[in-house]
Amino acid sequence: MTSTAQCSRSTTRYTGATAVSLAAAAALLAGCSSGDTSDNPLAEEKTEAGTVVVGSNNFAESTLLADIYGEALRAKGIKVTYKHNIGSRETTYGLMKNGSITVLPEYNGSLLAYLDPEAEQESTRAVNEAVKEKLDKKLTLLEPSPAEDKDSVSVNAETAKKYGLTTSSTLADLKDVAPELVIGGSPEFQTRRQGLKGLESVYGLRFKSFKALDAGGPLTQAALAGNTVQAADIFTTDPTIVKEKFVVLKDPENLFGFANVTPLVRKEGLPQEGVDALNAVSAKLDTETLLDLDAQVQLEKKDPLDVAKAWLESAGLS
Amino acid sequence: MNGFFDIPSDLQHSWSGLIGLHLREALLPVAAGLLLALPLAQLCVRFRRLYPPVLGATTVLYAIPSLAFFVVLIDYTGQSELTVMIPLAVYSLVVLVPAIVDGVRSVPGETLAAATAMGFGPVRRYLQVQLPIAAPAIVAGLRVATASSISLVSVGALIGNQGALGNLLAAAQKYDRPELAVNAVLTMAALAILCDALLVLLRTLLTPWMPRGTRRPRPAARSRRPEPEAATR
Amino acid sequence: MNVLHFINAFFSDGAHWHGYDGIPQRLLEHVRYTLLALALATAIGLPVGLVTGHTGRGGNALAFVANAARALPSFGLLVLVVLLIGFGLLPVMIPLVVLAVPPILVTTYEAVRSVDPSPVDAARGMGMRESRILLRVELPVALPLILSGLRSAAIQIVSTATIAAYVSLGGLGRYIVDGLYQRDYEKVVGGATLVAVLALLTLAVFWAAGRLAVSPGVRGR
Repeated sequence: MTSTAQCSRSTTRYTGATAVSLAAAAALLAGCSSGDTSDNPLAEEKTEAGTVVVGSNNFAESTLLADIYGEALRAKGIKVTYKHNIGSRETTYGLMKNGSITVLPEYNGSLLAYLDPEAEQESTRAVNEAVKEKLDKKLTLLEPSPAEDKDSVSVNAETAKKYGLTTSSTLADLKDVAPELVIGGSPEFQTRRQGLKGLESVYGLRFKSFKALDAGGPLTQAALAGNTVQAADIFTTDPTIVKEKFVVLKDPENLFGFANVTPLVRKEGLPQEGVDALNAVSAKLDTETLLDLDAQVQLEKKDPLDVAKAWLESAGLS
Repeated sequence: MNGFFDIPSDLQHSWSGLIGLHLREALLPVAAGLLLALPLAQLCVRFRRLYPPVLGATTVLYAIPSLAFFVVLIDYTGQSELTVMIPLAVYSLVVLVPAIVDGVRSVPGETLAAATAMGFGPVRRYLQVQLPIAAPAIVAGLRVATASSISLVSVGALIGNQGALGNLLAAAQKYDRPELAVNAVLTMAALAILCDALLVLLRTLLTPWMPRGTRRPRPAARSRRPEPEAATR
Repeated sequence: MNVLHFINAFFSDGAHWHGYDGIPQRLLEHVRYTLLALALATAIGLPVGLVTGHTGRGGNALAFVANAARALPSFGLLVLVVLLIGFGLLPVMIPLVVLAVPPILVTTYEAVRSVDPSPVDAARGMGMRESRILLRVELPVALPLILSGLRSAAIQIVSTATIAAYVSLGGLGRYIVDGLYQRDYEKVVGGATLVAVLALLTLAVFWAAGRLAVSPGVRGR
């Protein structure tokens, strides 16, 4: 500030004003950064030893399952942080491999189809074993739960009526009408075997076009209900199937395989008591329970974390 | 769980926490952009031939959609705040360099000559004469960069909860709760207006010699290069 | 990771050149969104800007509206409108028009305001009607600046229209969003390249329009 003393008056004033405004700007930035430093995702990248990072994909059920796993681990005194809504399996699998995530709710058959599109899916046990063989060596699958949530091709009530499709119709019955239908699904559905590719190679279905929506979420539900698309990839635990009278087409060739909810974990990141806790969750989680929990989140708009905690408590796992 | 301020737990922040995060993710890149733009602009003023290629390069950079920028950066910086902030800093730089160059160039030659005659060295002349006179133009650039940055942060929601208030938009869609989207839009708009008002105040503080009402750059000076506008990609 | 390699791979893949997800179709959708949004925004911004600029009234109100519109985040607006009214072209048009109106409105206003008053007074003295003064005297002089406002709006629409893909619409953003979820960098980089090229083409179109439409007397100044 000594130099300003020699300057003309206006420059002195200017320098003073600059100092004031710079200080104000600095205070503003400092104020912002002190807002939530504890949750800084950058800090989460360098996970401290002993902390388990539970990740989830970008759909409501995945968040719910991640909350269930995370809270079950916390109940055993394990330190947990969450990394929610990451994206599709194509992204989360990479993050599992590089160690950014320790635990991820997965669907065993869908994961197998991602790792090896041509693999046969005979039983949920066999699927689990096959997945373990194909997995990156640092990763493993824990026990599968009886709860199953598959991808499915469902049509809306209007389309079902028009083409005489019922709940006993199969994907093969769609062959002649598919060229008249627009099918919707997540962007990744377009390039997956358990998606457009398999529908064409297994059932010979070629749709009029594909509309990229979300992973079985509200966009997909709304597009199918509103007939923007006539068929869509709907998860079999989706509560809107009943609500909107969607018709789920049977899959006799088992293209969508088995999809039992199963924890995918990094071996070194999870202590044995954590493994036991997650296996205990799998033992208690069946399809009916999952349907009920999904409905609480998606229809009753309850917070997934609250739903997860309440269920763990009722199941004696908290 | 369907109130205006009931933030879903998977966002892991309170509403005020999201605001703090949003301001940090939006404003730090603008500050970084300014720090980089000042020397770069000075180089462009000093070496006139440098300016057209710099202007061309920045125009091309500005044309790249932010989401693509984020996705490509994920491999280097992970799904982190940094992945969102780097492109925003680049966009700020792109807006600020021409603003500063035009501002500094608009300083009349006789003013510079007078400063030199008073014994000002080049550094002191730059800091105490050129920059203050260019201040209105620089602040105009900062206003555009800030508004754009606040809006663009929300696109980070697409790369895994990195969009601060934008995460509310993804949640609104995921849980079909439009009120969360209303919250996000209104809060972001309020932040943009607030930051803009602060910048206008800053300009008033920086240019005490200017009478009220004449602080806007003259239209004639603008016609050569209109100020760039905020963009959300 | 070599960006040029991805660009090359994307454009040399024959499958990217036909069908509903082919480059021609996506490009067409993108151009269609852009032109429609620009036309709507011009229809709103240009007349209002011309009239307020000519009369000199309402400048403050106009600046207020423009600033408020500028503060609205386009991505947020898009998600909100889709949640409220569902799919279709309208939900994309609303955020794009909100984005594009302020630059058109403000630059048009400023352009007309900054026209040298002496030829306007001369025209008035010759007995020209106000509407003719606006269209025959002020508009030609203000045109370069008005075009720059339109250009700025067009560039923003081109790059912002990419986010429409997040709510399942078409356009070049499709490649970027699909590439993100399919973890297909070829698509992301290819899509981004197409958007950037389209933006630069837009610049070129406006440059050419400026050469053609601006009277040589005005251009030379």
